[in-house]
Amino acid sequence: MLMPAPDQNTIADKARLAAALAELLPPESVIADPIALKAYESDGLTAYRQAPLLVTLPRTTAEVAAVLKFCAANRLKVVPRGAGTSLSGGALPLADGVVLGLGKLNKILEIDLENRCAVVQPGVPNLAISNAVAASGFYYAPDPSSQIACTIGGNVAENSGGVHCLKYGLTTNNLLGLEVVLINGEVVRFGGKHLDAAGYDLMGIMTGSEGLLGVVTEVTVRLLKRPETARALVAGFPSSEQAGAAVAAVIGAGIIPAGMEMMDRPAIHAAEDFVHADYPLDAEALLIVELDGPGIECDHLLNQVIGIVQANGASSLRVSESEAERLRIWAGRKAAFPAVGRISPDYYCMDGTIPRRRLPDVLKRMGELSQHYGLRVANVFHAGDGNLHPLILYDANKPGELEKAEHFGSDILRLCVEVGGVLTGEHGVGVEKRDLMPEMFSELDLAQQQRLKCAFDPDLLLNPGKVFPTLHRCAELGRMHVRGGALPHPELPRF
Amino acid sequence: MELLSPASLEEAADCVRSAIADKAPLEILGAASKRGFGRPVDAVRQLTTAAMSGIVAYHPEELVLVARAGTHMDEIAAALEAKNQHLAFEPPDYGKLYPGDDAGTNRTGTLGGILATNLSGPRRFKAGAARDHFLGFTAVNGRGEIFKGGGPVVKNVTGYDLPKLLAGSFGTLAVMDEVTVKVLPRPEKTRTVLLYGLDAAAANAAMTKALTGPYDISAAAFLPKVLAEASTCDYVGAQGSVTALRVEGSGPVVAHHCAALRRDFGGETEELHSANSVTLWREIRDLSTFFDIDTILWRISVPPTHGAGVAASVAIDLPGANFLLDWGGGLIWLSLPADGGANAEKVRRTFQRCGGHATLVRAPESERRKAQVFEADGSRALTEDVKRSFDPERILNPGRMFEGV
Repeated sequence: MLMPAPDQNTIADKARLAAALAELLPPESVIADPIALKAYESDGLTAYRQAPLLVTLPRTTAEVAAVLKFCAANRLKVVPRGAGTSLSGGALPLADGVVLGLGKLNKILEIDLENRCAVVQPGVPNLAISNAVAASGFYYAPDPSSQIACTIGGNVAENSGGVHCLKYGLTTNNLLGLEVVLINGEVVRFGGKHLDAAGYDLMGIMTGSEGLLGVVTEVTVRLLKRPETARALVAGFPSSEQAGAAVAAVIGAGIIPAGMEMMDRPAIHAAEDFVHADYPLDAEALLIVELDGPGIECDHLLNQVIGIVQANGASSLRVSESEAERLRIWAGRKAAFPAVGRISPDYYCMDGTIPRRRLPDVLKRMGELSQHYGLRVANVFHAGDGNLHPLILYDANKPGELEKAEHFGSDILRLCVEVGGVLTGEHGVGVEKRDLMPEMFSELDLAQQQRLKCAFDPDLLLNPGKVFPTLHRCAELGRMHVRGGALPHPELPRF
Repeated sequence: MELLSPASLEEAADCVRSAIADKAPLEILGAASKRGFGRPVDAVRQLTTAAMSGIVAYHPEELVLVARAGTHMDEIAAALEAKNQHLAFEPPDYGKLYPGDDAGTNRTGTLGGILATNLSGPRRFKAGAARDHFLGFTAVNGRGEIFKGGGPVVKNVTGYDLPKLLAGSFGTLAVMDEVTVKVLPRPEKTRTVLLYGLDAAAANAAMTKALTGPYDISAAAFLPKVLAEASTCDYVGAQGSVTALRVEGSGPVVAHHCAALRRDFGGETEELHSANSVTLWREIRDLSTFFDIDTILWRISVPPTHGAGVAASVAIDLPGANFLLDWGGGLIWLSLPADGGANAEKVRRTFQRCGGHATLVRAPESERRKAQVFEADGSRALTEDVKRSFDPERILNPGRMFEGV
């Protein structure tokens, strides 16, 4: 992975920069020791590693502002970091950059149940918010699979989803307000405990901006009442076509389940061997549907879904009659990633979205790619919204196999775009899909996004080398004019 | 005034490039149904999306609809209704708020207009606003360049979420052509429980109790006696003020929640079924019957528990004020007599402590020119820089949101 060329003068100046930062923060909040820095050299996408120049761990908004102001004045690159669970390399450090860890801003500042919101610092783990309000019957809806560890600040940066986002939305649909520090150290607020942006929706554009526009230092999240009950069913199908048709028919009948997940044959077998969830091993596709709400509603809708699933040729069907049984149905799906990890030394998790009606075609072509590359693939699929997670099985110890897996992955994402989908449904672009952005966006599309970046960060100091395949200077983007659809400066470095 | 009506993005891009060359800023219009919303635009040419109209693709089972920005909302609603779906954010029809601008037709505004103004109806707190259902677009920016943002599917985090920024930008950043929106199934049943005779503070407390309780409320509003009497809906005007709580969903669950509400809240109650319930919430959504046409209208968004308090302090300060509460108290619609002026400072002072923002939705042109119509999150500098990143020459709707932007 080619990153922006490190500035050797900055690297040579490390001792002075560390000392100056230690004036702004408590000494233990600045890490310069090469061994200690190693802990920060990658995030959840461990294939890419780079130790940062320095790490800073501010404790307050004022300290974040002081660090950013210092970095801006010294033209130092900044890589914000939450818990480091990103699967797209969003927190991959730079050799000449400062990692800004938000882990010490980890307090729940206020719980306001009457206004159905909580005000929290960015380092609070996603699940900790729900836990803090569970006794009152509330929760925070977005539930990325890493929710025990991942922080709300990282969720805002990545616009994280989860199993239940079909019904309850992504992070962006569950935020009310943000406090953000801009690269110049200015502290700004977007939203609050009220609804709708005043003026431009800057909270909306910050959410999912992958640390390129500003650093989030406070988040006001929407809290929902926890549904009274939830029930799940699991059905096996002789083909992915039939399972896909069942999903379409459920939505066509006007039902939006809390979750609707599909797994293909390799994923079913891996999960079943691992956790023995009683999944049907003869099925080509497995469908889990969860309904939530008052008991009376769950029962009513569940009966409809059972009828639909049967009408679409389910070869097996099991319905949860207790909470233990519901959790057992989910156990296999939730363990799908580690289960695949058991049958292969390494796996690479992809994250495209497709129009669901193209699923059979995509699975067929993915099978052909699998043969071409000689690598196995297992699929788990957020079927309700078309978000596909192919897991490519490989062995990093075999020379060339990681590269082969990466090429396979890129081909899958190209396929997603080709059938009318997108490169990433919830993991973010980061460094992982950066060079694929032109598959989905034209030069002009990307230029407009980068001009917006310039409005927030004119010197391109925040997380450079992520999301955009070409690093245009802001002045040059302003002057740039299009001739026949092509931009000038073909000589610019691409990475 | 010259009226441009491009039929394609290429033609729209030509219009913008000519406008740049001639230094002739453009006023951007859909059906012009909300032209009185925002500051007056000083433009010598108008560009309408009227010729960029029609549904392009509709996949009910993918929950996605693609239409051109100039498509009228009644056409969208009819197509969705045929498949038992809808836009869950309850887009309002403000045709009755600005009657002079409806050009003599009874047609609704456009999809582009709803997105550009980021409006929503009573279901806002549950289902989100237009921005939460806006997935992708193609557009021309103020440099005359064709670009796209967002994506064609309901779940997408590829690149910046530009649809969020275009939602509520009032045509100041780009002219949209094709837009992709998320559509959802219509609720099978809708019913409304009415609580009679509460004062605003008690109504606000009742709405808070309902929204934090196990009733799955999809709308909660308060009409003081004088506004309840203006409703055309049966059971609404006869017994003083009305606090309305809406429940939607499948048949059994709606009946279950309504019974629980009437049991738990006591007092004088009534229940509206399908047609009556729809009428009441349409009136609240569109503000079609409550406020005299010549009044000044403010839309104030506050933390929901503060609605009644803020409204009360406005009423003390400004004689002739009238208000209703929507969004469980989080939205105050405030009307002021036209001759007293907009009173922007006084209005905005009332929610300084609890937070929120106020938008001047209807006022004579002279008032809209001088009062601050919108507030801005973040800072003025950031707002200017964002505008510049799309429209450096200030060609698109200059001044519609902020003077000089």
